[in-house]
Amino acid sequence: MIELENVAYSYGGGELLSDVSVKLAPGSFYFLTGPSGAGKTTLLKLCYGALLPTAGHVRLFDNDVRGLNRDDIAMVRRKVGVVHQDVQFLDHLPVADNVALPLTVSGRHAEAAGPDLGELLSWVGLTNRAHALPPELSGGERQRAALARAVIMSPDVVLADEPTGNVDWEMSQRLLRLLLELNKMGKTVLIATHDLSLIRTAKSEVQARVLRISNRRVQLAGADL
Amino acid sequence: MRQLRTLLQNLFAGDKQADRIVPPSGFTAQLTLFAAAAMAFLAVFALALSLASGRLATRWGDELARTSTIRIVAPDGQRATQTEAALRVLQTTAGVQSARALTDDEQQALLTPWFGGNISLDDLPVPRLIEVIEAENGFDAAGLRLRLSAEVPAAFLDDHTRWRAPLVQAANRLRLLGWVAIVLIAAAVAAIITLAANAALSANAQVIAVLRLVGATDHYIADAFIRRFTIRAFLGATTGMIAGLLAVLLLPSAADEAGFLTGLGFQGASWLVPLLIPILAAGVALIATRFAARKALEALR
Repeated sequence: MIELENVAYSYGGGELLSDVSVKLAPGSFYFLTGPSGAGKTTLLKLCYGALLPTAGHVRLFDNDVRGLNRDDIAMVRRKVGVVHQDVQFLDHLPVADNVALPLTVSGRHAEAAGPDLGELLSWVGLTNRAHALPPELSGGERQRAALARAVIMSPDVVLADEPTGNVDWEMSQRLLRLLLELNKMGKTVLIATHDLSLIRTAKSEVQARVLRISNRRVQLAGADL
Repeated sequence: MRQLRTLLQNLFAGDKQADRIVPPSGFTAQLTLFAAAAMAFLAVFALALSLASGRLATRWGDELARTSTIRIVAPDGQRATQTEAALRVLQTTAGVQSARALTDDEQQALLTPWFGGNISLDDLPVPRLIEVIEAENGFDAAGLRLRLSAEVPAAFLDDHTRWRAPLVQAANRLRLLGWVAIVLIAAAVAAIITLAANAALSANAQVIAVLRLVGATDHYIADAFIRRFTIRAFLGATTGMIAGLLAVLLLPSAADEAGFLTGLGFQGASWLVPLLIPILAAGVALIATRFAARKALEALR
């Protein structure tokens, strides 16, 4: 599915990640932790082809990312749902259109899609905000809309970068619950976060593995979490 | 042909949903519309100039190539005799289809633009003019001059070659200038639309980032911008073309006594030629935006 093998990534003359090997197994639940600036976002971007490694290999759905052109990368992104901390929307389109954007760009229509757009908005609790514009949404609503957009194409993998970073505790629990539900549906979920309480809650419900970035390397964290 | 049809279908039918992904941007939209309209307006005049010059060159070339003039410069008492003698020479000259002396009224009409209509030819030492129409193969001008100098000493042959060639050349140059102007106008449209498209793409870097995040291909993103600019250029150019045609229509109509400028315009089927201007503008916009989009998307990796 997604595999990083001895990956290194340098930026601005300094090495941010070094000798990273990670393989995301289908249907698994992962957390990626580490201090701010450790490279969590960079690692996530490597996982969906937004960045290319400076050394090593990144394989996305059995294809080495270096051998993929930009159109191939676009196709890969249709199989990977991404939720960013700084959620990006098209501010001139209502929430429903933003959530359906992956369908639009892939030439599919909302009616023909797997998950029904209405059901999806209901699932994330945004039915009554479907016609609102993104700037009118609260932080939590934006994150839920981003999650709905990330899963509308029924992706195999969902990558979430600090999805609870800008929301209160209650909302972070709600978002986590949605991500856990996705995992129970068989999706692979990787959440980059430094919120340890979130990890503890998740571990009480699923077999979540925790990867920690430390000294530019990724290690499987122990049971202390 | 099929590719062209697909391209046109994509352009004008398009994907309504996809069209909405590019936010409406006031500045670049107005710039594109205005530039296309202004340039189309100018293109109509350049086209009118070029077509009118072409007609003029053809007319001057055809008419003057087949006619010559003989001037009879003789005192009053001998002018009629010399004229008849010259006409007799012309009747027996191979390659002359017809020849006739201009009447007093015709000669007066020729002088009227310079001296007004109230003059009498008797008051002026005006030579008698003989119009000679050449047959298909033409005549031997040098041989005719020799015969006239021997038999009609007061007659001077002017076969128009002296000033016909520069006139036709000037008209042809004018026609060429018209086409050069059209090419320059197209280049200016391309440059302005490239700038406007670049500005729109830069202003929408965030939109492009979001589209890429959700799996849009560069082709899809570029098409959305190309469609937007091509349709704007087409609409702007259509407006400019209609305004240009109205302006040409309102020019004074050509008359016998009028000069070249009043003949500037379109005649018959040539009124349809300006209809190509919006299509050309749309084509230029399509190529310019595609070029700009390719470069911008490459830079926004």
